[in-house]
Amino acid sequence: MIHFEQVTKAYGGNPAVLRCLNFQVRPGEFVSLIGRSGCGKSTTLSLINRLIEPTSGTIRVDGQDIATTNPVALRRRIGFVFQGIGLFPHLTIAENIGITPRLLGWPAVEIKTRVRELLDLVRLPPTCESRLPRELSGGEQQRIGLARALAARPRIMLMDEPFGALDPLVRDELAADYSVIHRQLRLTTVLVTHDMTEALLLSNKIIVQHAGGIVQIGTPQKLLSAPADEVVAALIESPRRRIGQLTRLLEQGSML
Amino acid sequence: MNTATQAVDLLPAYLGNHILLSVSAIALGMVISLPVAIASARSRRASGLLLAGASVIQTVPGLALLALFYPALLALSAVTTRQFGFGVPALGFLPALLALTLYAMLPVLRNTIVGLAAVDPAIKTAARAVGMTRPQSLLHVELPLAAPMIMGGIRIAAVWVIGAATLSTPVGQTSLGNYIFTGLQTENWTFVLFGSVAAAMVALIVDRLLALAETGLALHSRLRLAAASTGIAALLAASLYPLAGSADTTVVIGAKNFEEQYILSALIARRLADSGISAKTRSDLGSTIIFRALVAGDVDVYVDYSGTIWANQMHRQDEPGRSAVLNQLTRWLAEKHRVRNLGSLGFENAYALAMRRDRADALGIRTLIDLQTHAAELKIGGDFEFFSRPEWAVLQRTYGLRFALQRSYQPTFMYRALRDGDVDVISAFSSDGRIEQYGLKLLEDPKGALPPYDAVLLVSPQRSHDRRLEAALKPLVGAINLPAMQRANLMVDGDKRTPEEAAIWLAEGMGGLRFGVGREEVRNGRRHQVRQH
Ligand SMILES: Nc1ncnc2c1ncn2[C@@H]1O[C@H](COP(=O)(O)OP(=O)(O)OP(=O)(O)O)[C@@H](O)[C@H]1O
Ligand SMILES: [Mg+2]
Repeated sequence: MIHFEQVTKAYGGNPAVLRCLNFQVRPGEFVSLIGRSGCGKSTTLSLINRLIEPTSGTIRVDGQDIATTNPVALRRRIGFVFQGIGLFPHLTIAENIGITPRLLGWPAVEIKTRVRELLDLVRLPPTCESRLPRELSGGEQQRIGLARALAARPRIMLMDEPFGALDPLVRDELAADYSVIHRQLRLTTVLVTHDMTEALLLSNKIIVQHAGGIVQIGTPQKLLSAPADEVVAALIESPRRRIGQLTRLLEQGSML
Repeated sequence: MNTATQAVDLLPAYLGNHILLSVSAIALGMVISLPVAIASARSRRASGLLLAGASVIQTVPGLALLALFYPALLALSAVTTRQFGFGVPALGFLPALLALTLYAMLPVLRNTIVGLAAVDPAIKTAARAVGMTRPQSLLHVELPLAAPMIMGGIRIAAVWVIGAATLSTPVGQTSLGNYIFTGLQTENWTFVLFGSVAAAMVALIVDRLLALAETGLALHSRLRLAAASTGIAALLAASLYPLAGSADTTVVIGAKNFEEQYILSALIARRLADSGISAKTRSDLGSTIIFRALVAGDVDVYVDYSGTIWANQMHRQDEPGRSAVLNQLTRWLAEKHRVRNLGSLGFENAYALAMRRDRADALGIRTLIDLQTHAAELKIGGDFEFFSRPEWAVLQRTYGLRFALQRSYQPTFMYRALRDGDVDVISAFSSDGRIEQYGLKLLEDPKGALPPYDAVLLVSPQRSHDRRLEAALKPLVGAINLPAMQRANLMVDGDKRTPEEAAIWLAEGMGGLRFGVGREEVRNGRRHQVRQH
């Protein structure tokens, strides 16, 4: 569904942001991109819907080289959820969710029913339709961001740390909800995260990025059992250590 | 009629014109600057250049900017007349509109550019990511988010333009500035205050309305938006007042920037009104501007003085005598400019040098020849035009006049300066009522350096064969003698009566009654003969 072939990206002052990326995402897969801050995760994600153009290499979506497609049409059939949410502050919740269908020229009634449907899907009351984004909590806003990305029934979802800024409870809840949506709607999802636990629990494939390259691609089980190098090992060490700490805490509790 | 009620009577016309001009300038300024700002907003260099250019325009004083459009349009008019057979009006609405439009542009440009640049880049990326094209992103996201900033710019522009519009009076556009310019000239402080307060009120109201529209937009408040649009619609309706009833057939009466001209234009207006001819007045025009305006047809009728045209337009320095000047002038006007001289009103308003009587007597100065020996220790004051007029050059040359200091004043203050001893000699008009009031002595011109200054009634080329106009104005020819004019001028200068009241007095006098009083005054030795012809 998504193919990266020899993709590189350089900025003027930053010659090797991405060095020769090769990977593919199959239909229905839930893929996580993980790595340290600044390793190029957001850049990789943005290349897929042409928010950023690669310096060299080929990216295919549905078998077609995206360099030859109309970027606006491409973006309208790919859902995108932002690191910083990115709702339009001057538009109501309903207008925010309905924006891509509106750009695609859907009839108003159809947009209206679609907005209702999506609010239900992300588990928000229909009463918030006429509110402005700033009148919602951070978690609610992120749900709207998700609904907006899903509005035009995309087959592919790109998500850049969508749960990053939320408190842990809300974050787990939203992640679990999205996991269901992904399966129900048979989406193909690429999720950027720096939280290894999240990546391990949500995805069926993890791509570990480091210093502009890919150090390992594999299932969560594969990463846990056979980390390719010390970078991956360090990444999975953190959830492991926390499990250890928690287990010890529980044991102490039962001894009291 | 007291001056306050008179001011109120004039308000609909002045206010209507003021708002029409301001609204047009703000609208045109927006129509030009918004697209330009939007187009340049993405390029730092383009927007920088644009802002620099606009800032330079902003530093040109408002009055100068207005004044510069007059010659520019005149030149343009000459070109269009030659190329396409029609001219553009160089006086009145057009130059005022163009100058004020330039004024309105900077705040709108600046705030639009800054407002667009301040939109959160993450939001702009979001707009692209949901599938907006560049224009869609601008229209649906960037401009709405920059709207409060842009609106702020429009509000600044509105306040500036409404204030600066008061300066459009001297280029022949009626505005609330007419109160201020006329009031300054006739020392009618009620007028000055009235005009200033009215302009400030309009600026304040427009600013509040726009603020209301702004919050209405921001809060999606229908009520606020409705209130703001009602207010703005009411203002627009008010601005249409001057358009109603002003057809092409309206005769434009011109007036220069001093009392006598206000009185004479009011007198002409009365004559035309009595004959059922619709007319409007453009006052406070400079000498050269008003003549060009007459030739171009922007002004249809006004009173000028033979010597002024002789020296300034015909560039003559000789002095063949009063009737020869009039004859040659009438022929020159007809042949060169197709301007018609309907005739002399019957009095002269000569340029002359004047001193306080006590000071002149103490120094033993009676004529300009006497003045020559003392000039080096004396200070001279002139009106804004005097020192740049050819008459002054001729006077200096003929009598070898070199003064210790020369200063230009608005006429009211020039007389004050002479009274208070700030200057010793001034340029005066022989028909000025203040000569009497301040006890001044007019210095004789034995060498005949200055031409005669008969008041003549001039009609523009396109009205020169208008029989009705001629019939309405003809009774003025030969009907006003010097004492009558001096008395009328003194009514305004000294007694603080309005030019209209003085005009009514003159009109009544044409029946013969009041002019008897004038002759009485002559016999009492209050007449000043500047020169012998
Ligand atoms: N427009 C740009 N110009 C120059 N360098 C850039 C630009 N955008 C990103 N970079 C650089 O590219 C690198 C990768 O950035 P990217 O945003 O993809 O990192 P990331 O992995 O998403 O980090 P984070 O986890 O902090 O979001 C960084 O070093 C960043 O400084
Ligand atoms: Mg990132």
